[in-house]
Amino acid sequence: MSSTTAQIDPQLLDILETVSDPEIPVLSIIQMGFVRSAKFMNQLVEIEITPTYSGCPAMDVIADDIKSAFKSQGYQAVVKLILSPAWSTDWITAQGRLTLEKYGIAAPLEPIADKEALLGNKKLVKCPQCGTLNTKLVSQFGSTACKALFQCEDCLEPFDYFKCLK
Amino acid sequence: MDNKLIQYILGIADNSLILGQRLGELCGHGPSLETDIALTNISLDLFGQTRSYYQYVAQLQGGVATEDTVAFLRLEREYKNVLLVEQPNTDFGYVIAKQFLFDVFHLAFLQELQHSKDTQLAAIAVKSIKEVLYHTRFSSDWIKRLGDGTTESHGRIQTAINDLWIYTDELFQPTEADTAMVTQGIGVDSTKLKANYYQLVSAVLAEATLITPVVEYFQKGGKQGIHSEHMGFIVTELQFMQRTYPNMNW
Repeated sequence: MSSTTAQIDPQLLDILETVSDPEIPVLSIIQMGFVRSAKFMNQLVEIEITPTYSGCPAMDVIADDIKSAFKSQGYQAVVKLILSPAWSTDWITAQGRLTLEKYGIAAPLEPIADKEALLGNKKLVKCPQCGTLNTKLVSQFGSTACKALFQCEDCLEPFDYFKCLK
Repeated sequence: MDNKLIQYILGIADNSLILGQRLGELCGHGPSLETDIALTNISLDLFGQTRSYYQYVAQLQGGVATEDTVAFLRLEREYKNVLLVEQPNTDFGYVIAKQFLFDVFHLAFLQELQHSKDTQLAAIAVKSIKEVLYHTRFSSDWIKRLGDGTTESHGRIQTAINDLWIYTDELFQPTEADTAMVTQGIGVDSTKLKANYYQLVSAVLAEATLITPVVEYFQKGGKQGIHSEHMGFIVTELQFMQRTYPNMNW
């Protein structure tokens, strides 16, 4: 098992910050914690990314986007997909969580609260629109593999909740 | 393809592929929007896991092998999935019963596989456990809703459980590859998961006011490539594009 902290060469950070998840375009792949390492290897830039869920269809697009972002800056990038250590919602940065909420996606809760929200019918997920906790689970599975579908019982808006993954 | 490790990985991966394919048939046909999305999300998770296993198999096979050749260019008897996952979707009761009976096994299996001496298999297991936990929650929840629901739903889910029960024992029947991999500390000894499996399943069935079936004869064969009559149809659909346009790429 390698370290859970990402090893990113500071010189490469700015370029990586310009690449986003096509399904959550407001967040960069750095804020999502997808990038596990980025370093110079001779003439190449080597990037390691990890998927949220095994079947995440966005990973191929993200790998291509990374390559073209580096190409436009004159670098040639090699992107590797790694599975271990497995991605965790803990790797979403604090700024990333705020951006998620502003975008209308409720940020992941801690594991116990997450389980109670998704199974025990406890009202723990905050509506990203009006801020109330008076929300209900509509479906454990939402618009993408990483989200569950909720509805606010005060403002009645449906919204996505980013499931806790640890 | 006589390598024991390859055969062992295919035994795991093919379950996910074929169940994923069965779930994929429901895309746009689920009983409600939410269940439709849930079932296809589960399918996507299973395909993702299958890809990781097949990429590993392709790497072990070397040469021109890719995850696609492993997925699409085998004959029916070369697929090593259990009979349970290839059973038809008959009705929503069967979809849920099949999912539930597989999920409980799948989760217990992966929880052991994460300790495999093979680091790649262990990594795939760790990743997959998180996903399969959600699958198990979903299917257990629906078993309870249907079982403890109306007379109609109770009857239908009981029928599905009764019909699929004969395929459960195969989950714990070791193949030659299984035994070889257990000896090397790579594989999971499924026989040890059996008692706990039936206990967990029975507990959920009891909560759902359903009866745990008792049968004297269990069906098996999938793990040896001897499939039920449904498998040919699945493979035909799965391989349609590759057979119609050989070597096509997206």
